Amino acid sequence: MRPFTYIRPATPQEAVGAFAEAGEGARFIAGGTTLYDLMKLTIERPAHLIDVTAVRGLDRIEMDGDRLRFGANAAMSAVAGDPTIGRDYPVLSEALWKAASQQLRNMATVGGNLLQRTRCMYFRNGGGGIYPCNKREPGSGCAAIGGLDRGQAVLGTSEACTAVSPGDWPVALVAMDASIEVLGPAGSRSLPVGDLYRLPGDTPHLEFTLGPGEMITAITVPKTPAGRLSTYHKIRDRESYAFALTSAAVALEMSGDRVEGARIALGGVATRPWRASEAEEVLIGHLLTPELALAAGQAAFRDARPGRHNSFKTELGARTITDALIIAAGRGRT
Amino acid sequence: MCNDPDVAPEIPDNQLLVSRRDAMIASVAVVAASHFAASARAQTGPRQAALPVSVDQALIIRTSINGQTLEIRIDARTSLLDLLRERLALTGAKKGCDHGQCGACTVHIDGRRVASCLTLAGKVDGREVLTIEGLAGGDTLHPMQQAFIDHDALQCGYCTPGQIMAAVACVAEGNATSRERIREYMSGNICRCGAYVGIVAAIEDAAAKMGRG
Repeated sequence: MRPFTYIRPATPQEAVGAFAEAGEGARFIAGGTTLYDLMKLTIERPAHLIDVTAVRGLDRIEMDGDRLRFGANAAMSAVAGDPTIGRDYPVLSEALWKAASQQLRNMATVGGNLLQRTRCMYFRNGGGGIYPCNKREPGSGCAAIGGLDRGQAVLGTSEACTAVSPGDWPVALVAMDASIEVLGPAGSRSLPVGDLYRLPGDTPHLEFTLGPGEMITAITVPKTPAGRLSTYHKIRDRESYAFALTSAAVALEMSGDRVEGARIALGGVATRPWRASEAEEVLIGHLLTPELALAAGQAAFRDARPGRHNSFKTELGARTITDALIIAAGRGRT
Repeated sequence: MCNDPDVAPEIPDNQLLVSRRDAMIASVAVVAASHFAASARAQTGPRQAALPVSVDQALIIRTSINGQTLEIRIDARTSLLDLLRERLALTGAKKGCDHGQCGACTVHIDGRRVASCLTLAGKVDGREVLTIEGLAGGDTLHPMQQAFIDHDALQCGYCTPGQIMAAVACVAEGNATSRERIREYMSGNICRCGAYVGIVAAIEDAAAKMGRG
């Protein structure tokens, strides 16, 4: 691991200032569960780390007014374990507690988690240059395409990259129309969580739309009754502590058995947190039956482009959505 | 072996101690090789090789480890796990994967369980660390330690310190209320011997005893 300088500023303004002062190779670090991990693999090589976890007041969970607001430094475990969130927004709670382990959820923050990098094994294993990876070394090629691609994405892929966006929490946030508040050298701004992520295109090394020296300070979620009829359904190779093969974040507004509103986002299958508008459109105004739920799930994968070993994801993904819809709707009947 | 910072060797201002693994990763092959030899000769001392980093790539942290206050100068790259094992000779926490995937390195920071391998040691400045070495009360084992013995909750024992630290936190969090919940909230601790049945039984047993105080 390359040596680096390390400081822990106490305010967001100090953090942004320290980033600018540090110059080339500066990175913010929060829990470190992604960044420090990738530094050990020499995939990330920062020269300066600005640890934002000592910034005061950035870990609050607020529910006043018409939105939920999570300070970026709130631990994943803190939000996952909040009883009100668990009752009124199970999709948010489940996306968090079904991710990682309790140890990692105690370390990782809800802001930092949005910037988690892919688990594509060619990206992670190639630090020594054994396999080409356009995300790690732009222009070097992609060993996953035509390679061992069982875990790769089927939606949002390009000729340059098929790496899956690994998160669960960002998927739930995209379904719930959440936004982030960002502080940077030019001041503060907010943007929808969905706009944080780029498609790989021919520049898969550019994953996020944050500018240099910008840090996420908070996540906001508009309050909605659809939160109660929601779930994060995650299918894995093992029952717990694994990344998603397929997942679906679903929230519904129902009038009896009729769907008035539907929000669906997918994980494990796409190169960024994936809002499935096609699936939502199939549902609106119709009675929710198992047949309709499956039709919605299949609509989400109409444009899927599987590789050699991951075509199972289109069928499994469609049925993950189907089951998630049934689970979410069922929460209105208890 | 010692856990007294006073016994640690003097470090020149421009020299800091890092683990053999860090030295290896830094690709300073010649430097690393000479220190491998040095550390092999000095089996009784702290087990690390020296590697120069500049002053601003190091820091001094003040922390409490198992109730003992400590002030120590570290290379900023140091993980909490390497600080414990290589600098302080607290070898209870184990290095299984070094990537937060196995749970063998689990310790508590301010009462919460973490993977010490993915925790920068700089982060424990001003905080309290509890390792397996600090769990028992003198000669009396913690109820969780006793329960692991009573239920044969291990075979090779390598994952056990991490399992026990995670289990104590699992109970404290209120996540040991059913077998299903214990399995979910202990899933970050892998046991390749497959002693899971005993581990879950031990946690159920200890949870009842810890609840009674």
